[in-house]
Amino acid sequence: MTDVRPRIRLPRNAAAGDSITVKTLINHDMESGQRRNSAGETIPRQIINRFTCEFNGAMVIDAALEPAISANPYMEFEALVPASGEFVFTWYDDNGEVYTATEAFEVS
Amino acid sequence: MQHLKTAKALALASACAAALWTGAAVADPDLTAELVIDGELHLVTRAPSDDVVTPNLPERYSGWLFRTADTRALQMDDFANPAMLAVEQGADLWSTADGTAGQSCQDCHGDAEESMAGVRAHMPHVNANGVLWSMEDYVNNCRTERMGAEAWRWSGEQMVAMTSYIAMQSRGMPVDVQIDGAAAPYWEQGREMYYTRYGELELSCANCHEESYGRMIRADHLSQGQINGFPTYRLKNAGMVSIHNRFRGCIRDTRAETFAEGSDEFRALELYVASRGNGLSVEGVTVRP
Repeated sequence: MTDVRPRIRLPRNAAAGDSITVKTLINHDMESGQRRNSAGETIPRQIINRFTCEFNGAMVIDAALEPAISANPYMEFEALVPASGEFVFTWYDDNGEVYTATEAFEVS
Repeated sequence: MQHLKTAKALALASACAAALWTGAAVADPDLTAELVIDGELHLVTRAPSDDVVTPNLPERYSGWLFRTADTRALQMDDFANPAMLAVEQGADLWSTADGTAGQSCQDCHGDAEESMAGVRAHMPHVNANGVLWSMEDYVNNCRTERMGAEAWRWSGEQMVAMTSYIAMQSRGMPVDVQIDGAAAPYWEQGREMYYTRYGELELSCANCHEESYGRMIRADHLSQGQINGFPTYRLKNAGMVSIHNRFRGCIRDTRAETFAEGSDEFRALELYVASRGNGLSVEGVTVRP
């Protein structure tokens, strides 16, 4: 698999207490474990099985991902931002690897 | 009694015809849709036809117009567009040294935004020796002759990432491939292929993409088969697809022994098919089903 690189998109500005739309995209094959290679062998499952987003330590979303989700999972959700702070995004891979990204966010 | 029966039959026949007509209309492209990237960049998805290249098309339509609203929306957001991952990878490769000369693309070509602007819009292109080359040929020629690096596979991950990155530098520019002069014999060869029936199913490109665009072939919604949007992220593959890769797929779908990626035949076909889209915007990297 190529370098796994998460990408985050947050709105440019928001007032304290606003609900903002958070978009995330991560490149990952999300191999379901159902496919077979040309030799007929099953390609083993390897997916991102969990995605979390925290803001200033509080959990915003904790999602369990299943094999039905296709490659390069795109997650879009709403987050309430009561004050300025830092978003921490975490993706958990089946093979134990953990990918993280952080992004500071300022309220006006 | 006889008179009433006939009237009923006629009513039934016209009702059936109406249902068929409505069915066909549902599958037609959405010609009112506007392709605007990130609310800023307007791309041309409808271009005038001409008498030389596409005398049988009333207008040239981008494949984007034939897609569902969800698929169209994916391409209009550079963040959500999964093809952008390949573009990023291409940008990395551009500035990474490779080969015995220890050079990267950037070392000679500098900033791709400047040096590669317009390149995609004119591909494929006859080189200085009079041979028609696709973009992949130019890339591999640099790699093997100047960088001392190995050639990339035509539709391998790195080549597709690089052609994606280069295509993005022409996004918004009109497709404008040369079909006369040194390109003429290749263009003629491509045109002949386009109208040749291949395979057990004896289908030519034109049967689907000129005579039947807007209609369904099984579960697929036929477009005009334009390539202004390649390389594309095909949702079916969950990955990038190159032009020759798609040509192979199409001909294989006619149950024929298909030509190889990087073959002379596909280069000629690529030139002809590109010319059928002259005037449409290069869409950079796109999203297709």
